[in-house]
Order: sequence, then C-alpha cells, then structure tokens
Amino acid sequence: MGMTRNIVGEHRELGDENRYTTLNLGPTHPATHGIFQNVLTMDGEVIVRSEPTIGYIHRAFEKLAERRPYAQITPITDRLNYCSAPINNMGWHMTVEKLLGVEIPKRVQYLRVIIMELARISDHLICNSVLGVDTGALTGFVYLFQFRELIYEIYEEICGARLTTNIGRIGGFERDFSPTAWAKIDKFMKEYPVALKEFEKLLKRNRIFMERTIGVGAISAERALSYSFSGPNLRATGVDYDVRVMEPYSSYEDFDFEIPVGKNGDTYDRFLVRQEEMWQSLSIIRQAIEKLPEGPYHADVPEFYLPPKEQVYNNMEALIYHFKIVMGETDIPKGEVYHCVEGGNGELGFYLISDGGRTPFRLHFRRPCFIYYQAYPEMIQGSNISDAILTMSSLNVIAGELDA
Amino acid sequence: MESAEQSETLTLLTERFGDSILSTDVHYGILSLSVKQAAIVDIIHFLYDHPQLRYQYLTTLCGIHYPELSQIAVMYQLHSLENNKRIRLKIWLPEDKPETPTITNLFAGANWMERETYDFFGVVFTGHPDLRRILNVEDMTIFPMRKEYPLEDQTREDKKDEMFGRLPHQHLRTS
Repeated sequence: MGMTRNIVGEHRELGDENRYTTLNLGPTHPATHGIFQNVLTMDGEVIVRSEPTIGYIHRAFEKLAERRPYAQITPITDRLNYCSAPINNMGWHMTVEKLLGVEIPKRVQYLRVIIMELARISDHLICNSVLGVDTGALTGFVYLFQFRELIYEIYEEICGARLTTNIGRIGGFERDFSPTAWAKIDKFMKEYPVALKEFEKLLKRNRIFMERTIGVGAISAERALSYSFSGPNLRATGVDYDVRVMEPYSSYEDFDFEIPVGKNGDTYDRFLVRQEEMWQSLSIIRQAIEKLPEGPYHADVPEFYLPPKEQVYNNMEALIYHFKIVMGETDIPKGEVYHCVEGGNGELGFYLISDGGRTPFRLHFRRPCFIYYQAYPEMIQGSNISDAILTMSSLNVIAGELDA
Repeated sequence: MESAEQSETLTLLTERFGDSILSTDVHYGILSLSVKQAAIVDIIHFLYDHPQLRYQYLTTLCGIHYPELSQIAVMYQLHSLENNKRIRLKIWLPEDKPETPTITNLFAGANWMERETYDFFGVVFTGHPDLRRILNVEDMTIFPMRKEYPLEDQTREDKKDEMFGRLPHQHLRTS
C-alpha cells in the first residue's frame, strides 16, 4: 500500500536557502560580451542578489608601467578600453605633455580631436548596436559594423594599426594624415550619417525595443554620483558632467556642441544619450575639418619626439637626440600630474607621479568601467535575468578597462 | 601658486583643521594637501558638507608606496562638480601596519576603489563592508604593487634601477 505524501506542505517548510537558486552567469557566457562572472541568487526568474567577480583579465598595467619608459606605456593604454583605444592613447600623450610643459600646435590638437571623436563614434556604435542584438535585432549591428570597419581603416591609414592603435606620439603624430586617410574620413562623414539615421529609425521608436529597455536597469542621479559614475551612463541620469566641457583639453573649447542628457537613467536613456553623442561627434569632426589650421604635425620638442630617420643619419643634432631619447637620457621633471579625458565610458584619468626617472614612479589609471560596474548588483536587483543582460550591455562594461 | 578659490578653500580648511595639515601645494593646477591620517575622514566630510565647497564627487582613490620612507600613502581626489574644482588629499601610513577608516558610508563608489588599494598595497580600511581582494586571486599572500616586489626576472641586467635613471632604492619623495 502506497503512502500519501503532502508535497505542498513539504515545499512550504523549506527554508530560504532552498527557495533560491544559485546561478553562475559567466565568466564566459555568450550573452555578456566579455569575461564577467556574476553569481546570481534567483527567486524563480527574479534576481535577489548578485555577486560579481572581476579580475579575469587583469594584466597588472600599473605595475608594468613602473618599468616602461613613457613612450612604451602608450601600448598599455590601448588595452584599457579597446573599443576606443585612440582616446586612451591621446589621454596618455597629453598627461606626459602636461608633465613636460609642452606646447602643442593647433593643427595637432584638431587632428587629435578628429581621431578621438571617430573613436567615440566607434565605441558608441558598438555599444548601441550590440544592445540591439541583445533585444533581438541583429540587423542594425551587422549594418553599422561596416562603419566601424571604415573607422579602423582610417586608423590604419594614420598609424598602421587597427584595434590596439598606439596612435600618435608624445608631442604630436608620427606623420601627417595622408590623402587616402582624408578620403576615407570624407567617405565616412558622407555615408555614416545616412546609416546612423536608418539605424535610429530601426530602434528608437521600435515598440519591442522600447518595451525591453524603458525602466530597465535604472539608477537615480544621486546614486550614480555616489558611485562616481561618469560619461554617458551618468549623463543618462540627467547630470551634465562632460570632461570635454568642464575641463576642455586639446582645443575642445573651439567647437560648438551639446551635451545630451537623459532623465531616468535607464537602459533606454543610455541608448538615447549615446545615439545623440554620435551626432554631436559628427558635428565636432565636421567643424574640426573645416577649421583645421595649417602647421606642423608635431610639437617642437626634440628631446622627446624622435627625429625622422633620414635626419638621424645625416644630421648631428638629430643623431644626438635620437640616442638620448632611445637611451633614456632626457631630463624629465619631477611632479604629480592628473589629466583626464572624456573616454568612451566617461572620465578616463591618469594620475602620474614622476621622480625624475625614465619611467613613472607611480601611474594610476582612473578607469570609469571599474568604478561604475560596482553599481551593477544594485541596478539589477529585482529584475529578470534577461533585463540584467541588457543593463550590462547598455553600461558598456569593457573587460579590459575593468580589470586593467 | 594657488588661485583665489584655492586659497579660500585652504583658509576654510586651515581654520578648522590647521593642526592636521602637514603640507600644501598646487600640482599642475590641483590643490594638494598632505594631512594627518587621524583627520582624513573628518576633512572629507567637511569638504563634502560645506555649502561653499561641496566636494561631493570622488574621482579616484589609490595607494602609493614610498619605500625610502617606509610609508604607504593613500591619495584621495575629490571633485566639486558645482564649482568645477578638484582637490587631492594624501595621508601617510606606516608600511608595516597601514590602516585607515573607510569612506564607503559617504561614497558608494569608494567600495571597489578601497578594495583595489587593499589588494595591491595591503591598506586596511577599517569598517569597510567587504574588504577582500578584487583583481588578484584570493590566496595571494603578497601586496604586489609594493616596491619590494620586482616585476621582471631578477637575473636581468637591463631592468635594474640604474637603467631607468634612478639609483637603486633611491625613490624620492615628491610631495
């Protein structure tokens, strides 16, 4: 004879620890676009707690930098936010130039602005189109991706590299933009606005997209500031903090542009802010091309800027400077510098202490991703797992910048 | 030289914390103070709450090891978004027992920054809600950003201090 068993009663007696499911999201999960681990405590479909583990691609950049001459640190900065490596490179060059007190020619500053704004566009277009992919719209992603390819071709034409660019030098550029580079920039400026408009039409008022993103992963301005948010994620909450305007560098004060801000700090607002920033970036590039002054493509700092090779072989001074730079014989001032730029994800800062040696005594990177990713558990608490994926996408967490 | 606003900030701070300020300087436009460890939390609260100053944004926080002084410094950089002014505060902790109270109750974002400083320099932030290693593995026993841990293979001649323009272990204090 079978025994009857009251399974409903049994279920009720289970403690909290049995009611929740533990779910490992990551470290390598196709939906998280990078190496992030989150141990989620789930109540059915709802996230109760989340415990992020980071550091999977930690490469000890701050330690490495203490044993690299200044020029050799530029490739390290490439690998922070690798979606917009040129901004990191320029930020580093400007930090060293600030330490050395180098006057940079206007033309170099404008060329830098063009490159940095192209990098911002490539950063934002990846973030926004991938957000589309995560909501089920692959088309926009594959359509816009060809323009990132075009941006990479422009980098390639200027510096020879594509993803980790190592673009420019301390003091300027290694060469002027070639006619091919200008032709590619023109092509981009002509074709990209059309494609961006189409992409925008695809998603901006799309009912599915709006329902998936509005109110998802929201954070208030107050909490965002307490978490030291910066960049588009902070601006989506309604705070108009942009380094380009607050502390203009590289002649940003010469250009006329707006800082788009959101209101609710949710995934949809972050999408809109990035979208509008791309339009603003296009306008800045257009203005920079129009106003581009003539002049040299590097500053006159023979002690830090390598002379052209033909001069090294034929000119005594050039040979001496070449030797001094390569052997690290140039004098570097002592001091503490903080310089920041508006990176793809916010305030990217370089805190550099020089004790007069060839390498930094200490270099600290203020990495916006590292700082705002800690708010992620708070932002996804109580939401569904599918919304958590969207929140992470729209925060544009880049593993390289997160883990240094 | 400090600007008018910076001297005003300095006057307000000296009035209140005169005994705790060890040195002041302006480094490339940023007012930088060395202060006594015991006063750091009060100073940060003062800068945060003062109606004129309103340093309510924590830009960054990091450790610096000065082996010549056997000290570890912790640098706090605050930003007043309303006045668009930055300030840098540095405290000095003994190398063998670096300890200072947390500021996580004022800035939520200080949580991971302090964990990173603990992870790399061994600075203990008392009262921190979850002071664990963050980027390194849990079972690491050293604090790798301290200067006694060399990066490269010690048999390499080309990575010695002389090659980088400084005498061995002659790290100079810069502020």
